[in-house]
Amino acid sequence: MAEYSALSLLKNALSANRDWKPAWRKPEPKPAYDVVIIGGGGHGLSTAWYLAKEHGITNVAVLEKGYLGSGNIGRNTTIIRSNYLLPENTRFYEHSMKLWENLSHELNYNVMFSQRGVLNLAHTPSQLDDFARRGNAMRHEGIDAELIVGAAAVGRLVPGLDVSGSARFPIIGGLLQPRAGTARHDAVAWGYARAADRRGVDMIENCEVTGFLREGDRIVGVSTTRGEIRAGKVAVAVAGSTGRVMKLAGIERLPIESHVLQAFVSEALKPVLHTVVTFGAGHLYASQSDKGGLVFGGDIDGYNSYAQRGNLPVVEEVASEFVAMFPGFSRVRLLRSWGGIMDMSMDGSPIITTGPLPGMYLNCGWCYGGFKATPASGYCFAHTIARDEQHPLSAAFTLDRFQRGILIDEKGQGATPRLH
Amino acid sequence: MLISCPYCGPRDVSEFTYQGDATRTRPDPASADAAAWHEYVYERSNEAGPHREFWQHAGGCRAHVVVIRNTVTHEISSVAPARGDRI
Repeated sequence: MAEYSALSLLKNALSANRDWKPAWRKPEPKPAYDVVIIGGGGHGLSTAWYLAKEHGITNVAVLEKGYLGSGNIGRNTTIIRSNYLLPENTRFYEHSMKLWENLSHELNYNVMFSQRGVLNLAHTPSQLDDFARRGNAMRHEGIDAELIVGAAAVGRLVPGLDVSGSARFPIIGGLLQPRAGTARHDAVAWGYARAADRRGVDMIENCEVTGFLREGDRIVGVSTTRGEIRAGKVAVAVAGSTGRVMKLAGIERLPIESHVLQAFVSEALKPVLHTVVTFGAGHLYASQSDKGGLVFGGDIDGYNSYAQRGNLPVVEEVASEFVAMFPGFSRVRLLRSWGGIMDMSMDGSPIITTGPLPGMYLNCGWCYGGFKATPASGYCFAHTIARDEQHPLSAAFTLDRFQRGILIDEKGQGATPRLH
Repeated sequence: MLISCPYCGPRDVSEFTYQGDATRTRPDPASADAAAWHEYVYERSNEAGPHREFWQHAGGCRAHVVVIRNTVTHEISSVAPARGDRI
């Protein structure tokens, strides 16, 4: 498959774009692989790429129940940031940010990474103090953070935002991460799939795992709707379906609940919002896509769910917060809304680990922050799979941290499956 | 989603507060059994299908109820007072 370049664009333009080849093959599953990755979403595909690139392991299959990228990688609000407080998180997400910064070149695929900045709004002095603390923690780790003080300064950054004293929740400042931004989420899945395919990884679509093959305690493969596939190592990266898939392996209980998160897009507008803004008096994050739609979302619906759709109270809440921030958007029409299933962990932080059974590797617990983690998650998970050890950047993301009392509780509010 | 409160009848989900998995059993408060507390606080069966869960009719009669709801379809098959259950 040819390298994408300006020259290839020109050449294909001259032949009226009739000669483009599919971005990845559609191979039949082989009877056995060195590594089988369950889940053809962002994290599974990036794991396959880094297994090939960093560890030279290319006898790999990615099994996807539907089509590649049909889950959360295509359902998120595309925000990328590393503005965390705790060092376990800041280091991991900053590594992800650095991978994002070179991703289009690395994959030879334009993921449309746009460092348009993420601005968290503060509405109370204590919130601004908290932002200053988080900003300082970020700068201490070498990450860019700017404290914006005063409504006027915020207003200069984001025209259209209601920065008046009569706003429902008056804005007094914010925390800006200029290097943060957005990317084209589908392109991330397609780019990783194509890059891994070019190194020989098999993408097996429409292939649902129906059980695990075992020899004694050890997992030695999977049974699927397309037959049995044996594997030296089986990696699970299935986000909201973690509970369902792990039950097939006899793991009945995990520190995870599956919840539905809704996202929304408006009709296309001319450029009006050039950065990502988050509301601090509720929960809302919004940006404008390159196509012009306002893309936004808020809280999870709040009850266990495997349905990829939510209920109206959250729609109402999110819309009212958006209009409180930007009164000018009150007559913008909603184009679409949809839901994705989030693997909510009990401390809001992810799990990347060997086990819990021999021959198995588990990647889950991304809550609703999995998109920005896609590169680093695959990078660290590939290391764990290849070397049977934690990568230093994900060393804290163990499954047994709940038993051992070493939670990574970014919000400092104790065990609940409702955190970020 | 409508939840039929045993006292108030069918009401919109926005009147209710979700209180989570009702299949867990709280260890004796005097217990120092770390494994039992870990199981209670952190571990979930996270069912895809019928799920036994607590809700409170916070915006109504304030009763705590036990709901059996299918997490795949959101269909509710039973709502009963949470009498005798411990959260």
